[in-house]
Amino acid sequence: MLDLELDDQSDRRPPSHWESMKRRAFTLTGIGSLVAVAIAWTAGLVRYMFPRIRYEPPTRFVAGFPESYRPGEVDTKWQKDHRVWIVRRGDGIYAILANCTHLGCTPSWFGDERLFKCPCHGSNFTQVGDPVAGPAPSPLYRVSLSIGPDGQLIVDKAIQENRPGHRDRPPFRLTLDGNSRGDVPA
Amino acid sequence: MDPELPPVERTVSTEEALESIERARSWRERLVEAVTGSEIWRSVIRHGNPALRRNRSLAVVGNFFLHLHPPTVTRQALKFPHTWYMGGISFLLFLVLTVTGTLLMFYYVPDVGRAYEDMKDLQFAVSFGPLLRNMHRWAAHGMVVTVILHMIRVFFTGSYKPPRQFNWVIGVGLLILTLLMSFTGYLLPWDQLALWAITVGANMAAATPLIGHQGPFHELVGVQADSDIRFLLLGGTQVGQNALIRFYVLHCILLPLVAVLFIGVHFWRVRKDSGISNTR
Ligand code: HEM
Ligand code: FES
Repeated sequence: MLDLELDDQSDRRPPSHWESMKRRAFTLTGIGSLVAVAIAWTAGLVRYMFPRIRYEPPTRFVAGFPESYRPGEVDTKWQKDHRVWIVRRGDGIYAILANCTHLGCTPSWFGDERLFKCPCHGSNFTQVGDPVAGPAPSPLYRVSLSIGPDGQLIVDKAIQENRPGHRDRPPFRLTLDGNSRGDVPA
Repeated sequence: MDPELPPVERTVSTEEALESIERARSWRERLVEAVTGSEIWRSVIRHGNPALRRNRSLAVVGNFFLHLHPPTVTRQALKFPHTWYMGGISFLLFLVLTVTGTLLMFYYVPDVGRAYEDMKDLQFAVSFGPLLRNMHRWAAHGMVVTVILHMIRVFFTGSYKPPRQFNWVIGVGLLILTLLMSFTGYLLPWDQLALWAITVGANMAAATPLIGHQGPFHELVGVQADSDIRFLLLGGTQVGQNALIRFYVLHCILLPLVAVLFIGVHFWRVRKDSGISNTR
């Protein structure tokens, strides 16, 4: 039954050194190319998933004249479009990012309690942005404010600060009582 | 008596006899034979007379769907006190979700201007829309519960022990897939609940070590709000159109495909690990 002729390989010449090197080089080149293609695809795929164009609102916007904000008040008119509150307090004005430092919901301003309250897990913040209740670990962020050539406020949300002290210096808080800091024209 | 048949007293050749029998058969008999004798019919109905026990078992063993209950998975082992039926119910819910989800896709468009309106249409204007939407929603919640209960039973019965460690690992993958399918589906109604739930969930991703822009050691990698894992998940720095289409594709195509693969391997492993645990 068994074809012994087939099993007998004694007449086969073992591959010469050169031949087996050639075979090995061929195999390695093949595997190497496959690995290279796989790596290139993976890298390309990762890059592909990071969009280069984003259809998101710009981080800078013009917010009117500083004097148009009432002293002692929190103005929520930019909340819907830009997620920013403008606060005029004492002799200063600053802009707070309406983004809870817990996990990013939008808190609401409760004027009668003078607190920002987050609907998601109940964090409360004071008018300067300090957390007083709930899971939020740190104060709300202030964003950069500056005065444009026409005297209007320019808000830039790309520049942020929430450390006490730092957040009370320009551009995170501007003084409105004339030229005391030289940052607001009289 | 059929007048076509030759008189009895005449001697007839075999050919003549066969010919007259053939002529005597009704067209109906011939049609049935042409169909059931065809190659196609016999490729589908593969087994002989079901009156024989042997043919019946061959039919079960050779059938993909009936094979879901193969000899290695005995009726004894599947009893409620041991399995709580939770794996099987999870699978049933997965099938329900696949069917109802596919039907919902006929009306739902993942566009920020339309998604919410489409959900409202499904709820109020599409015939049987509320039924399908509610089935999908309840089955989704149910599947999270049953998968967790299934995991608990596997733990309590010690079924994660050798030789079943690999199936436990597959199971952890299935748990994660189940949760990811729930999470991605949650955004699709595009209402306030959806938007803020995904905002919160995605911000948790921002706290991932190294690759989240608020996570520990992110300085080492240098990721920012527009280059970290949260950005990759949302396709932006906030929940918008890019996030909606990403979650839609993940929810309707990618995650279910991977889940089908994992479930297939999971069931196959149950057999390879000599069946459900209390038989051996
Ligand atoms: C999509 C989710 C899942 C489905 C559809 C599923 C389905 C099943 C089914 C039908 C069985 C047969 C026995 C039974 O019903 O109890 C089974 C067994 C098993 N499952 Fe799952 N399962 C899922 C998730 C998990 C998870 C999360 C784990 C644990 C991490 C797990 C670990 C196991 C193990 C170790 C077995 C073998 C148990 C034994 O032999 O007694 N599975 N699974
Ligand atoms: S996101 Fe504001 S309290 Fe959690």
